[in-house]
Amino acid sequence: MEPTWAYGWMIVQGAGWTLALVLTVIPVGLLLGLLGAAAKLSPFAPLRWVADGYTTFIRGIPELLIIFLVFFGGSRVVMWLLEGIGLPDVRVDINPFVAGVIALGLVQGGFATEVFRAAIQSVPRGQIEAAEACGFTRWQIFRHVTLPQVWRIALPSLGNLLQILIKDTALISVVGLADIMRNAQIGAGATKEPFTFLLMAGALYLMITTVATTGIALMEKRANRAYRRA
Amino acid sequence: MRWDLIAEAAPDLLKGTWVTLQLLLIPLALATALSIPLAIARVSRLWWVRALPAAFIFVFRGTPLLVQLFLIYYGLGQFETLRDGFLWDNILRHAYWCAMIAFTLNNTAYIAELMRGGINAVPHGEVEAARAYGMSGLQAYRHVILPRMWRIILPAYSNEVVFSLKATSLASVITVLDLTGQAKVYYSMYYEPYDFFIAAGAIYLVLVFVVTRILRGVEWQLNRAFRPPKTVAVATAAAEAPGPAPRAVADGRTAA
Repeated sequence: MEPTWAYGWMIVQGAGWTLALVLTVIPVGLLLGLLGAAAKLSPFAPLRWVADGYTTFIRGIPELLIIFLVFFGGSRVVMWLLEGIGLPDVRVDINPFVAGVIALGLVQGGFATEVFRAAIQSVPRGQIEAAEACGFTRWQIFRHVTLPQVWRIALPSLGNLLQILIKDTALISVVGLADIMRNAQIGAGATKEPFTFLLMAGALYLMITTVATTGIALMEKRANRAYRRA
Repeated sequence: MRWDLIAEAAPDLLKGTWVTLQLLLIPLALATALSIPLAIARVSRLWWVRALPAAFIFVFRGTPLLVQLFLIYYGLGQFETLRDGFLWDNILRHAYWCAMIAFTLNNTAYIAELMRGGINAVPHGEVEAARAYGMSGLQAYRHVILPRMWRIILPAYSNEVVFSLKATSLASVITVLDLTGQAKVYYSMYYEPYDFFIAAGAIYLVLVFVVTRILRGVEWQLNRAFRPPKTVAVATAAAEAPGPAPRAVADGRTAA
């Protein structure tokens, strides 16, 4: 194969890592977001403080800095924890993918917390009261009344977060994950055609974000099917 | 935390903060100015007028900023004609100016999209009223649509500014010594992963706080006509008073 094609193919293979990262971070972010929103709306004040601190930090600190903290600082935390449970001298290195999942998961979780909090608060109070009157427990209310509507209300904002996530994955290439961006740089360096390769990377990201937007639009349509005639 | 190390790094971190502020404010000012004509073209009824801005916005919002940054800093070097030119020696060879260009283009795409939404959200009746008074299209934009648009988009705009501030940290990847860049330099000198990154993070938090406060002040200023009257008692007393109704009531703006 021509070298240009071989390196081009490498970028496409890098898309595998990019997609794997996106798909792993989504559940982490959603879970952290739901927990964060629950904490923010909790009647227990210290929980609210923790959640407020979390979102303030995440929204005020650059993603790149969080990635550096997790990637360079994470292994020391893990080793320190291992020492605590009686395993000294174990050398741990956080690999770029794991660092990416943790860092981007924290970032997405911080933003998702605000999205979910707003969505939960927009569920009409009367519905909650109706459910209480029907004898639902708190968990049942959350599971059967609040959550299905939260999904519908939060979906457009979650779509925006997905866009941000897809583009943020490129940052993990800085700490060495062989994703689209990293492989494009390798190809660019090897062939001395940086513009061509970076343009290919850009086109690939554009394809991924476009597919994601279309997917979210379809999900929104489905989530709103009960409201279509309203 | 080792405070002696942080104290040693402090002057450089502050120097980096200054670079970060430049990377925020200059592209932001340029992008805001560029966004206005772009957004107006984007909402045009003629497809060939809105096609180009739409494509620009789509591409720059759909690709990572890092790709855009690399395309400008590393990618443009592929073209020999460019490498021999005047631009190369003065601008494109320097990571700092490449970052400026990339951030300007990126911010322009996001802000123009924001303004598109804002322009579309201006009530149609206001535009019709402006036209009925004989305003030209340009006058209607200048005196009615754009001021209204600013009030609509300002909360989202200040979010955008915060995102832009955080995005400036990417400049460190192409060797610019901004706040993140300086923290990274000190990290590689001492291999202390927490102190410098946390110190830099704290400075970013302060910057975000200051920036959002300033923009909230602007928002408060722009919305002065829509604020509720200072006290209810004064408003009712004025309404009951004989003579011409007070201006605020006459304009029907107190309800807002």
